[in-house]
Amino acid sequence: MNSKIKAAAVFKDNAQNFFFVLPAFVIFCVFYIYPFLNMIFLSSHEWPGIGPMHFIGLQNYKELMGDNLWWDSMAHAGYITLIALVFQNALAFALALACDRQIRMKRFYCIVFFIPPVLSEVVVGLIWNWILNPELQNGVHIGLLNHLLYTSGWPQLVHNWLGDPKTALTTIAIVHSWKGFGWGFVMLLAGLQTIDKQLYEAARVDGAGPWRTFIHITLPLMLPVILVVMILTILGSMQVFVLILSMVNEGLVHHTDVPVIRILSSMTGTNRFGYACAEAVIFGVVLMGVSFIMKILSDRARQT
Amino acid sequence: MRKYQRPNTLVIVSLLLVLAGCSKPPAPSNKILLWHWMTDCNDTFLKFAQQYKQETGVEVIVRLFAPSDSYSQMIIAAAQANVLPDIYGILNTKPIVADFIKAGLVDDLTRDMNANGGGWAEGLSDKALADKRFETGNIYGVKAGIYGVPIDVTNEEMLYNKKLLARAGITSPPSTYEEFIKDAQALNRVGITPFVSGWGELWLLDCFASNYAFNIMGEEKIFATFRGQVKYTDPDWIKVLSIFVDLRDKGVLMDGIVTKGNKYAEQDFALERAAFAFNGSWCVNVYHDMNPHLDYGVMLPPPLSTAFPLKIWGGAGSSFVVRADSPNKDKAVAFLRWLTAPAQQVLLARETNNLPSNKEALKQVLSVVSPVLGKFSRGMEESTHPTIWPVNEDPLVTEAFDKGIQAIIIGEKTPREVAQDVQTLKDRR
Repeated sequence: MNSKIKAAAVFKDNAQNFFFVLPAFVIFCVFYIYPFLNMIFLSSHEWPGIGPMHFIGLQNYKELMGDNLWWDSMAHAGYITLIALVFQNALAFALALACDRQIRMKRFYCIVFFIPPVLSEVVVGLIWNWILNPELQNGVHIGLLNHLLYTSGWPQLVHNWLGDPKTALTTIAIVHSWKGFGWGFVMLLAGLQTIDKQLYEAARVDGAGPWRTFIHITLPLMLPVILVVMILTILGSMQVFVLILSMVNEGLVHHTDVPVIRILSSMTGTNRFGYACAEAVIFGVVLMGVSFIMKILSDRARQT
Repeated sequence: MRKYQRPNTLVIVSLLLVLAGCSKPPAPSNKILLWHWMTDCNDTFLKFAQQYKQETGVEVIVRLFAPSDSYSQMIIAAAQANVLPDIYGILNTKPIVADFIKAGLVDDLTRDMNANGGGWAEGLSDKALADKRFETGNIYGVKAGIYGVPIDVTNEEMLYNKKLLARAGITSPPSTYEEFIKDAQALNRVGITPFVSGWGELWLLDCFASNYAFNIMGEEKIFATFRGQVKYTDPDWIKVLSIFVDLRDKGVLMDGIVTKGNKYAEQDFALERAAFAFNGSWCVNVYHDMNPHLDYGVMLPPPLSTAFPLKIWGGAGSSFVVRADSPNKDKAVAFLRWLTAPAQQVLLARETNNLPSNKEALKQVLSVVSPVLGKFSRGMEESTHPTIWPVNEDPLVTEAFDKGIQAIIIGEKTPREVAQDVQTLKDRR
């Protein structure tokens, strides 16, 4: 009898807990799990988005493996990610280090650095479209960058930044980094502020200079935060697309295509929903793989 | 593990209830729901809804979902979830419209159009209505009929800035391609950018190329290419692609044209940064908002050849369909008939500067609204549109063709290379 009452109490307790998480679980199932499973199902079909579906097995995946445009787009996303990892995070770290010191107008700088991330990607695209505008009107450069280059005595550097395949992707990557560095800045600054200042004082007493202090104290203690920032940078940069659409529309030939743009193009441009789903599945697998590797690295860093 | 059985069952039942609730069909009512994407028409539609309620007692609920890309995807999602409104638009290619019809999502309006001696159909623009018609034996396997109601008509032509042309000593707009190139060079000499268009949007680039394809080889050869009977490596197609080499090398095109969205191109023309533009008739409204003092004219793209007539894209601009299983189908059809009547069409044209789809309204509007719009309306005689062609190209091939033109403009590929790439893709499909 006692064990029955105990079992009933345990059941009641578990059921209560379960019902607390039920709304979140249902939402997760309806909006994440079901679409995800449905996407895998659709990826094995030929379907224009409406009407009957035709089962074609792994045909979409087979076609995708030989689709150079798709793999090029993946490489473009990798390139943007690489620039973001290096340029964006280095800038974020440098500014976070600067703002971690006792400097004048520290709060003002923190607010200014956090403005780009809170702007919508469309707005950022519009602003940079104006800055990078390659046109002339009445002999005067309309774009701010070309105007500054011209009036500063570097007319040879005036360029159609988004219209040249050699510079378009790099320009987009730099704008993406400019937009995104604020997140890294905030996280890295928060991480820096958790480091015990006594460690720095002890190092100074022991005769360590700023560089050695940075290498032997700041960097090791910041490693977990740096890895989190890196994971978020990779995931955010690999999925960039609104910024690209607002800067170059449907793209400069295929030089600015990234995976999400290819997926969108398969869906809205050529109405191949099944193929788009296959692209999304492969892209998801790649992102999960990258996240998994970064998680392992992050865990190892924490252990050491 | 058994102790979790009941909550699991509850989860499944809750999910089924949620899903069942989503797909419940609406009940008949005195309200009709209209979803549209036309930001410039929204205020007028809301006024019409009020007026219609006063006249008939039927409430029209107008919902705006913009921009059109998002609207288009939302309609497909709504069709999949079976939650389409009574009246909506399908902003997609003819094969997709055919899929909607075959899926039973669009009502056949033929009987309504032909009722009372065909008064409704006869009152509407023939070109616009042709867009909505599926002929007997069409390649899509759709039952012959009229499946939509055009609200306005539109076409894509060239615009020229009178002031900038005069500054370059040009007294009249060019009537041939050679004259156009000469004018462009004259404009270049006085530091004016000759031509702008939103060719970052592939459809507009495709439209321009298609105009010259009609001019150079005629429609039969174009359709034969789509059917696979003529290759893209044919000299006529090379000639079409070579136009873009010419435009590039002679400095006709504005810098950055291949990544320029149409909104930016419209801004450039409205702010007098380019002398010529290629755009649709909706631009009258856009230019008026951007620069009310802009002095410009409309012309057909100057033909390159005399072999065949140059055809421009045109036909139904915006149109609505009625949901086939709507419980308020008759009310929806009645509202659309009222919306396309001359009185409403004139008002709509006045408020939005679009060409009305009603013939009678068109006559009234042209005499009072804008001479530019009048010119656009005359262009309808030269118009055609992929939706009325007997055959369409595979969208993947079209994308490769348009992207190939972009590659030509930026000097990355030659017309022959692009033609070969497109043909290789076509052969593979």
